[in-house]
Amino acid sequence: MELLLLLTPFLEASLRTATPLAFAALGELVSERAGVINLGLEGCIIAGCFGALLAAGIGGPAIGFAVGVLSGMAIAAVFAIFVLVLRTDQIIAGTAMTLLALGLTGTLYKVLYGASGAALGTPTVGPWAVPGLSAIPVIGPALFRQSVLTYLLYAAVPTLAWWMHRTGAGLALRAVGERRAAAEAAGIDVPRVRWGAILFAGAFGGLSGATLVLAQVGTFNEGMSAGRGFIAIAIVVLGRWSVVGTAMAALVFGAAFALQYLFQALDVQLPYQLFIAFPYVLTLVLLAVVRGRTAAPLELGLRDGTR
Amino acid sequence: MDALAALWDGAFGSAFAIWSATLVRATPLLLLGLAVALAFRAGLLNIGAEGQLLMGAVGASAAALSLGTAPRAIVVLAMLAAGATGGALWSGIAAWLKRRFGVLEVISTIMLNFIAAALVSWLVRGPLQEPTRIYPQSSTFSASAHWPFLIPGQRLHLGFAIGVVLALVLWWWFERTAGGFRVRAVGAGARAAASAGGVDVASTVMRVFLVSGAIAGIAGAAEVGGVTWALYEGLSPGYGYTAIAVALLARLDPRWIIATSIFFGALEAGAAAMQRDAQVPAVVVQIVVALVVLGVLAVTALRDKQMAQRLAVDAE
Repeated sequence: MELLLLLTPFLEASLRTATPLAFAALGELVSERAGVINLGLEGCIIAGCFGALLAAGIGGPAIGFAVGVLSGMAIAAVFAIFVLVLRTDQIIAGTAMTLLALGLTGTLYKVLYGASGAALGTPTVGPWAVPGLSAIPVIGPALFRQSVLTYLLYAAVPTLAWWMHRTGAGLALRAVGERRAAAEAAGIDVPRVRWGAILFAGAFGGLSGATLVLAQVGTFNEGMSAGRGFIAIAIVVLGRWSVVGTAMAALVFGAAFALQYLFQALDVQLPYQLFIAFPYVLTLVLLAVVRGRTAAPLELGLRDGTR
Repeated sequence: MDALAALWDGAFGSAFAIWSATLVRATPLLLLGLAVALAFRAGLLNIGAEGQLLMGAVGASAAALSLGTAPRAIVVLAMLAAGATGGALWSGIAAWLKRRFGVLEVISTIMLNFIAAALVSWLVRGPLQEPTRIYPQSSTFSASAHWPFLIPGQRLHLGFAIGVVLALVLWWWFERTAGGFRVRAVGAGARAAASAGGVDVASTVMRVFLVSGAIAGIAGAAEVGGVTWALYEGLSPGYGYTAIAVALLARLDPRWIIATSIFFGALEAGAAAMQRDAQVPAVVVQIVVALVVLGVLAVTALRDKQMAQRLAVDAE
């Protein structure tokens, strides 16, 4: 009985923590379907966090989200220059972008807010209960008493799935990721598609960071993205490179992060570090158990123009 | 300008700055840079030096605390062995996941970094916490576990000497032995190494991963044995990530890693002074690290492009 009472808050927390993970993973999915693995995603997220904090303090949450998205895109644009123009290795370039973004945001935060100054009083986005739907027992409050970002996610999943499989642009994206040469022969402008895909991933990475700050944590810490970009990349693998699968896998990880609230509520005496480590351990275990390699886009991670 | 002056003074301004700040900070970067370079040479993107360092520190601390006041030579050797084992164990997990399940090592090593940090956080509040149970750290090691200093009155310790020797050994091994050649061949092209050279790629990669982790683990042992004399949570300010820049700037050449690790050690030492004296945050080093990596990438890419163009002209 006690467990049943905890189910609603646990589901609610799972969905709330899954929202930024899902945004980042869907962005990465689009990029990977075009054959580009973007390890700079973590950098896009932390840039989104910082941009959102900075702008929300000045212009409110809406401006915060806009600037968060743009910050993620800026990091992604630099990554795109390295990968598409200079044709460097995707994995090293992505890792460097993550390091750059972590360093930039950490430095700017300390310069602007002082060594101790947590930027309190950031305007945040609270939950909004959908009339009617939120009254459904158990799952109603979990699914429909969320921030507007979660509702945006509900809309983004089917839209993205439809776009990827039912439109010419979606087909072009998948063609570039599967058979680059064939796509070129069919007259698809491969660099343009990849630019678009990388910038899209940056935008969603930035949105993920903005969501983290403005709808979840309410403040900024150095390195607060805490590996979510890399977890999101694992989520794409676990979702077997499909839109719906990726969204489902993100929910599993949302639950993994939310588990600590559940155990706190149950008053289980376990070291809290166990819960901190749990999502990372889960990533490793699931990556090992779920054999997703065969579903990967064929061109994934290949250096531009090396063949 | 004040900031730059503070940076320079903190890194090279005095004998103390050089021997007790710059080179002490260069020590973990040297060892970790070698660990990263070895892995990268084999085409293995080990981003987990940070976690392997932490596990090496855990192993060395456990050895130091359990051996107590045994003779110094024995304790120091035991710490080295335990540190290397801790690091290899940690990289071994990623190696096994890669070989058995094809898990991308970039992701697994980063996940293992976070797990190692959580593990240390638990250890210093649990099994390895000091007896009064007030501070989140282990007891301070007995004097037999303090690694010898290289210069009287300065903080430069044995770890640096180990790093320099290891750099030269690794260079010799890469350039002059069949094993080193095999590793380079696998890194240059795994398929060609297997078909033309008959190299067992999977085992080579596995071994490289283990040795890379062991070297990173030694860096952890050197930090607790030479600098902190206890296990702390914030033992490493991201040395494992800086080491990637150290290795890439040296173009993965072990000899040059000695130089680049000193460069970044100076930057870390100077940045600490800069934060103290000129209130410029030390995270600024991270930006320099990233710019160096991107710069090396860009320069390499442009040179490859020129080379390709020249080859194309020759072919005509």
